[in-house]
Amino acid sequence: MSKKQTWFVMIVLAVALVACLAVDLMLPSYHIAVTVIKKAAVYALVAVSMNLLNGFTGLFSLGQAGFMLLGAYAYGVLTIPVDKRAGVYQYFDGGAIHFSIPEIFSNVLGDTVGTTVGMLAALLVGGILAALVAYLIGLPVLRLKSDYLAIATLGFAEILRAFFQWNALGPITNGSNLLKSYPTFSHATPYVVLAGVMIAFIVLLIRSTYGRAFKAIRDDEVAAEAMGINLSRHKRLAFVISSFFAGIGGGMMAMYMGTIAAAPFKSTLTYEILLIVVIGGIGSITGSVLASFLYIFSSEWLLRGLDSGTFLGINAPDLFKNGFRMAVFSIIIMVIVLFFRRGLMGDKELPDIPNMIRGVGRRKKEARK
Amino acid sequence: MQEILPYLINGISVGGQYALIAIGYTLVYGILRLINFAHGDVFMVAGLIMVYATTAMPMYLALPLVLVVTVLLGFLIERVAYKPLRSAPRMSLMISAIGVSYLIQNLAFYITGGVPQPVTNPIPWISENVELFGQSTKRVTLVTPVLTILLVVALVYLINHTKIGMAMRAAAKDFETAQLMGIKINAVISMTFVIGSFLAAVGAMLYFTNYPSVSITSGGMPGLKAFVAAVFGGIGSIPGAVVGAFVIGLCEEIIKGLGYTTFSDAFTFALLIVVLCVRPTGLFGEKVTDKV
Repeated sequence: MSKKQTWFVMIVLAVALVACLAVDLMLPSYHIAVTVIKKAAVYALVAVSMNLLNGFTGLFSLGQAGFMLLGAYAYGVLTIPVDKRAGVYQYFDGGAIHFSIPEIFSNVLGDTVGTTVGMLAALLVGGILAALVAYLIGLPVLRLKSDYLAIATLGFAEILRAFFQWNALGPITNGSNLLKSYPTFSHATPYVVLAGVMIAFIVLLIRSTYGRAFKAIRDDEVAAEAMGINLSRHKRLAFVISSFFAGIGGGMMAMYMGTIAAAPFKSTLTYEILLIVVIGGIGSITGSVLASFLYIFSSEWLLRGLDSGTFLGINAPDLFKNGFRMAVFSIIIMVIVLFFRRGLMGDKELPDIPNMIRGVGRRKKEARK
Repeated sequence: MQEILPYLINGISVGGQYALIAIGYTLVYGILRLINFAHGDVFMVAGLIMVYATTAMPMYLALPLVLVVTVLLGFLIERVAYKPLRSAPRMSLMISAIGVSYLIQNLAFYITGGVPQPVTNPIPWISENVELFGQSTKRVTLVTPVLTILLVVALVYLINHTKIGMAMRAAAKDFETAQLMGIKINAVISMTFVIGSFLAAVGAMLYFTNYPSVSITSGGMPGLKAFVAAVFGGIGSIPGAVVGAFVIGLCEEIIKGLGYTTFSDAFTFALLIVVLCVRPTGLFGEKVTDKV
């Protein structure tokens, strides 16, 4: 990366952070902009974690929703305040767990700092849990090839979901009832910073020797093995790390949603994230992040009017009724999947953007000649 | 025995319905090596059309209409979403399939307004109660296995003894060589989608008579289970898919009978994972080796 590129990246990241802070300072926390940024940050993290697996290692896995479920539940179960547990677990005698990590930390570190540290610790536990489960699942599943791997991971996610709805585990998971009343961040900046730090870790991983090995496996398994790359070890590593970040993303999703149930973590969620990865470009971290923000921004905000009668000043309640937004959206996605298979960024990253813009300019100039 | 009998009868019936869907997966996978994620949604659409058509017109018009529209849908999906990606990597094809599934569900949401459409006795004759071994059951539970077997026999005949069947087998064996031998590969692929959608439509008509309503996600689970059935039986093999579907239908109903309803779905996937790990080619599948 040249000096110019480093500056460019720094400036872009700084501008993004300042913009996010400004939104937090100027708008109330229930404003749609705050919601969009929160949700998009969570989706960006999960999309990048999926990209690490599908785009960089070439393992087509569809288990993301399952690992997010683990992270979300771990976060909820560990952070509900003790005095609210009786209300939340009303059908299970107040549940089996009688401590709350944020409260333990706030006894030691004081209220504000302690709660935050406790929340982060709970997120981390969620990530580790997801990683552990991924390790176990990976033992049999990672031996499978392409589409079999996809369907087996999808299956595991469904099995996990069934377990979390099982009444026998109710004292911990609250069965098919909601988990709620746990602490959340109400501003957007914590989400952006958290997701940003996690994504930075993934970027560092991809630029390391491990990342190179992952790419080698993606491009040609047989050749990679011949070069001395331990296939099963690296695949397992990618799977476990990706699941770790999906778990943390799941915990953040729980924060964003305010309540946890098993229902939103269906395979539809995985599909949605996969489509975000595709829109951004399979194999581009920047693309996944950009696509998440674009996707959430347009589906939650920009195209809202398509659902509620008026769009771009056109008032047609019969056409623009509930569901039209997602119908239009999925048509756009199909167009991208079919005709712009490289997505927004292809395999380019943030530092390449100045060159890409310059390249377009040059081509235009040549065309004019 | 008296207690478990209704579950066994139901299991065979559900198995028959899964079998009809599973054939669609197995045929397409055999030729394109693609898990057609949209197949479950085609099944759901067939259910929706049945609900709409049977309320709007007499049955002798409505049922053929369901078949025709579903077949058209399957044909169109292949032409629009899969044909342009013939030379693309397999991952793109699978992503396209997921995209189609997403599109169909969202369109269905728009059309139905997100409200599950009630199934009100669309085909009266098969919803009537009959006595079987002292148990009262709907006639559809008896009709399903018989109809399934008949359709499968017809399909096996088609594949083994007709020209288009021979072309399908050739395409499944070796896509490119089949093309070189003058087989119109696009026609063959369209044919597999037509057959698959036709059977899914029949399956949907039988399946949804047992349910109070059709919602936009009703296709997902039966679709995935039918896919598991196809893998269990050895993907690409029609008898395999049928046997697998009956096994899964039976196991599922028995698990429900034992009181573990939450796990009836999970069991199917557990079975899938065990099969994939122990015998990835399934019961009747052929061994495939990687070419470098």
